[in-house]
Amino acid sequence: MEQLEDVRKKWLAAAVEAGSPEALDRVRVEALGKKGEITQLLKGLAGLGAETRREAGQRLNAVKESVAEAIEARKAALDELALDARLAGERVDVTLPPRPEAEGRIHPVSQTMDEIVAIFGEMGYRVAEGPDIEDDFHNFTALNIPPDHPARAMHDTFYLPERADGSRLVLRTHTSPVQVRHMQKHKPPVRVIAPGRTYRNDSDMTHSPMFHQVEGLVVDETTHMGHLKGCLIDFCRAYFGVAELPVRFRPSFFPFTEPSAELDIGCSRAGGELRLGAGDDWLEILGCGMVHPKVLEMCGVDPGRYQGFAFGMGIERIAMLKYGIPDLRTFYEADLRWLRHYGFLALDIPNLVGGIGR
Amino acid sequence: MKFTLSWLKEQLETSAGPAEIAAKLTALGLEVENVEDRGRDLAPFVVGHVVEAKPHPNADRLRVCIVETGRGRVQVICGAPNARTGMKGVFAPVGSRIPGTGLELKAGLIRGVESNGMLLSMREMGLGQEHDGIVDLPAEAAVGSPAAGIMGLDDPLFDVAVTPDRADCLGIAGIARDLAAAEIGRLTPRDLSPVPGSFESPIRWLRDFPADAESACPMVVGRYFRGLKNGPSPRWLQDRLTAIGLRPISALVDITNYVTFDLGRPLHVFDAKKLKGDLTMRLARAGEEILALDGKTYRLDPDMVVIADSAAVHGIGGVMGGELSGCSAETTDMFLEVALFDRARVASTGRRLGLESDARYRFERGVDPLSASWGAEAAARLVLDICGGEASRPVAAGRLPAFRRELTLRQERIMGLGGVEVPPAEAKRILLALGFEVEEQARTLEVVVPSWRADVEGEADLVEEVLRVWGFDRIPAVSLPRLEALPAPPTTPAQRRAVHARRLLAERGLMEAVTFSFLRKDWATLFGGGADRLTLANPISADLDQMRPSLLPNLLAAAARNAARGYPDAGLFEVGPRYEGDRPEDQRLTAAGVRVGLAAPRQWTGPTRNADVFDAKADALAVLSALGAPMENLQTTSDAPRWFHPGRSGVLRLGATVLAVFGELHPRVLKALDLKGPATGFEIDLDRIPQPRAKAGPGRPLLRASPFQPIERDFAFVVASEVPAEKLVRAARSADKVLIASVSVFDQFAGPALGEGRKSIAISVALQPTEKTLTEAEIEAVAARIVAAVNKATGGTLRS
Repeated sequence: MEQLEDVRKKWLAAAVEAGSPEALDRVRVEALGKKGEITQLLKGLAGLGAETRREAGQRLNAVKESVAEAIEARKAALDELALDARLAGERVDVTLPPRPEAEGRIHPVSQTMDEIVAIFGEMGYRVAEGPDIEDDFHNFTALNIPPDHPARAMHDTFYLPERADGSRLVLRTHTSPVQVRHMQKHKPPVRVIAPGRTYRNDSDMTHSPMFHQVEGLVVDETTHMGHLKGCLIDFCRAYFGVAELPVRFRPSFFPFTEPSAELDIGCSRAGGELRLGAGDDWLEILGCGMVHPKVLEMCGVDPGRYQGFAFGMGIERIAMLKYGIPDLRTFYEADLRWLRHYGFLALDIPNLVGGIGR
Repeated sequence: MKFTLSWLKEQLETSAGPAEIAAKLTALGLEVENVEDRGRDLAPFVVGHVVEAKPHPNADRLRVCIVETGRGRVQVICGAPNARTGMKGVFAPVGSRIPGTGLELKAGLIRGVESNGMLLSMREMGLGQEHDGIVDLPAEAAVGSPAAGIMGLDDPLFDVAVTPDRADCLGIAGIARDLAAAEIGRLTPRDLSPVPGSFESPIRWLRDFPADAESACPMVVGRYFRGLKNGPSPRWLQDRLTAIGLRPISALVDITNYVTFDLGRPLHVFDAKKLKGDLTMRLARAGEEILALDGKTYRLDPDMVVIADSAAVHGIGGVMGGELSGCSAETTDMFLEVALFDRARVASTGRRLGLESDARYRFERGVDPLSASWGAEAAARLVLDICGGEASRPVAAGRLPAFRRELTLRQERIMGLGGVEVPPAEAKRILLALGFEVEEQARTLEVVVPSWRADVEGEADLVEEVLRVWGFDRIPAVSLPRLEALPAPPTTPAQRRAVHARRLLAERGLMEAVTFSFLRKDWATLFGGGADRLTLANPISADLDQMRPSLLPNLLAAAARNAARGYPDAGLFEVGPRYEGDRPEDQRLTAAGVRVGLAAPRQWTGPTRNADVFDAKADALAVLSALGAPMENLQTTSDAPRWFHPGRSGVLRLGATVLAVFGELHPRVLKALDLKGPATGFEIDLDRIPQPRAKAGPGRPLLRASPFQPIERDFAFVVASEVPAEKLVRAARSADKVLIASVSVFDQFAGPALGEGRKSIAISVALQPTEKTLTEAEIEAVAARIVAAVNKATGGTLRS
């Protein structure tokens, strides 16, 4: 019996001492293989009497099982060591940068347009469109700017070549012709905005020959100047994200509105830094007014029954004010550094639920 | 329009300060751009009398001055060399801010002696650099009175932006009238009564217009003056003009400028001795020229109005007088012109001659027609007052044009259009104060528009007049009522394509650019444009003269600019219009992009490569797919336009409809745009992408995910080099429309082993059984059909 205990101890020790999977396998073969010592001892039981054989067999099997367990345990430990060693060999320098991914940007003009559409969309406006190359009627005459009106000269119009009939197409000087086109096609009630490209033959620090405007038009039977004020105050406060933004309406003149007004927002210029919503200075941001009865008439809308308001504002201008972009001309230069700095991520989609400013 | 407070106060009796006046002007629609008010900064400083100036006990260069300030005597230590007993200077009390230093003045000890104020130099007053001594005021200056007043610095200068409709406010009288209507003061009555004449004018006015140009100058009034003395104008008149930036010339010229700015009535004065006979208003004759008062010679067109005598042209009607008959210091006899001109003709004359003048500015906006008469009287009164002499009885030609306009203002329209209730009595008061005649009826005001308000044409104008005086700020703001509980989307699916294309391309790593709609004509020509009818007649510069036929050239030029700045690898896109013609439908909404230089920055993980045609194709396909183009039916052809590399470019189309073009740009184009290549680009016609049918709704067809494993089989075909891969893929797919889920190309090569003019294309075909697991025999059958279909379509055979 003591002999069997020695066998057990010997093989348990051999399993624990095996330094590699190969050595361990040799232990397994020498102990438990077909010709292994324990297997041989089991075979040797055959010649014993039944009683003795059962008893010895039980003990011998117990030894076999414990040796097999030891070998398994040692194998797991050796596997663990081998994996650790492999992983140690696979170490990389995690301070290296990942594979570069290009990150695009949305231009501030597009982002601002989306913001404008989101806010006015919430007020029930739809987006209307018109062509950049306009005829004289839509750009001027229908907007109550007759051929000899001084306002025409103020528009710095770009002209296309004179045509056979003596007429000349123009690059639209404002988005207001979209008002005309929309009213010609749609009966009141009308509630539209029209963002788009506009053109003036003027170029300096604060003017670009191409820029963007958004036009707004509301026509129905009851809309009055109080609504004009309410709508634009609501817009300005939502767009600039300043709840108590001071807004001022000043009488002004546009041929296509009567009464006409310009809208100023309150700001401070203390210390050369512009801050919106604070201080005692004013900044003009848009023109507006009640649609001139002559315009309604020229668009086929009965001015005796319908009235409403229109407004137009420069998209770059309000983008510059909101996002602190100093120079108008940089908008069109496509400088990658500028686009990365002032642009917006593709997923920054403005809406009133997710937020209007980034 | 510039004017000083003191000039305004001549027309308006008011106690309002400059800030209040400025705020009211802006509220009235006369936007104040600036008020220069030096008096405000200098307000604390008063005239001080130096009663005694004695040496400082502890400093040689300092003096101890006792100054009478009007509020008691103050001891001041002064270092100025001119500080002396008996002088009058500008005294700054303790606590005042010194403009020149920006510091607040404090009491203190100077070398042990108390100092309780300061005597200021010009520099300390913020008035220039002079610092040699303290300001020396005249002896008669009243002690304790504001120093700015004594120095003539207390007259704030207003600069008002007058809108083009308010011609009446191009004279200070008109501005005063608006302020009086807003109850900021009382209008001073003006004496415009007739000035008696003592003789018949030796010069008469004649008018000579063809019937269709009678309105060019409907009326002109004149007066002859003799025995004049035309020296420098009096001090007050010179000061007035100088303050608003005009240079005093001589009494007669200064009077015309004064009346122009004071009353908004341009005049002209001729030296009568330099005229030959009567003066005629007529159209210019071909080739006529005039040496104008600005010293330049102008060649006149036959539709311009001139003032001429029997020998020469002496003026351009409504724009500028002539040099030869201008008044000088020697002038003793003067003939006055007070005319009415057609606004449009003055505007076009001035524009074509490139000639700006204060007269043109007013005539093209419209002067009060009645001013032809009262203007002559106002001028005569000033001429006789200032230059002496005597005036003839007036002479005139033509007739006053019709201007009287009667309008009705329904009381309820003020609320209906303006959104604010204005008491009827107040509405009436406002209109009366603005010069309207008003008759009150039960529910209306019957109104006669004053002669100087040609801009008031209808009821809406009357509402505006009442509202702007009542105050736009008193209109309650009302949020727009909602039309629906929840608004429908503001954009149509077609409009949303631009937004989606932008966001997608930015997500793909491209930077959005916004470039001009016009470019150089030769660039436009390179990209299939350049038609003359899309060339601007008056471009801002020669390189921005052609409407763009493509977005690519501006994007490539932008990439070139970035490369020149040291950023050679650029990915840019733009979504915007391009112009195939000048009709509205020729404007095509386009998404375009370029990738220039490396496809990705150099990196440690592996080799890098240049952007190529397949990057451009990937961008184009991504946009088309995102915007719902039927990708299954999309065909790729290799007939891209000539600005692309002929062998590395393609067209994505649905039959004959071209949706997009893509490829590497032609080296010739890159050279012209000064861009080091290679560069790739794509351009998509967003409006041509077919829209999913609206009635289909947002619901999607049921997903039928098969429970059976898909099987992949690879095939390598040898085909002729010119066989497009797409054709082979289509053929393979067509072999079994049900089982074949997808076909993709995973390898392509050519080599000597395949023989000349041949290439190998390897495809992977995914079979997706839906009913049961496929048997080996069934798979073999499909494979055979694929091989047969490819062979039939392309002549390709399986590579062994």
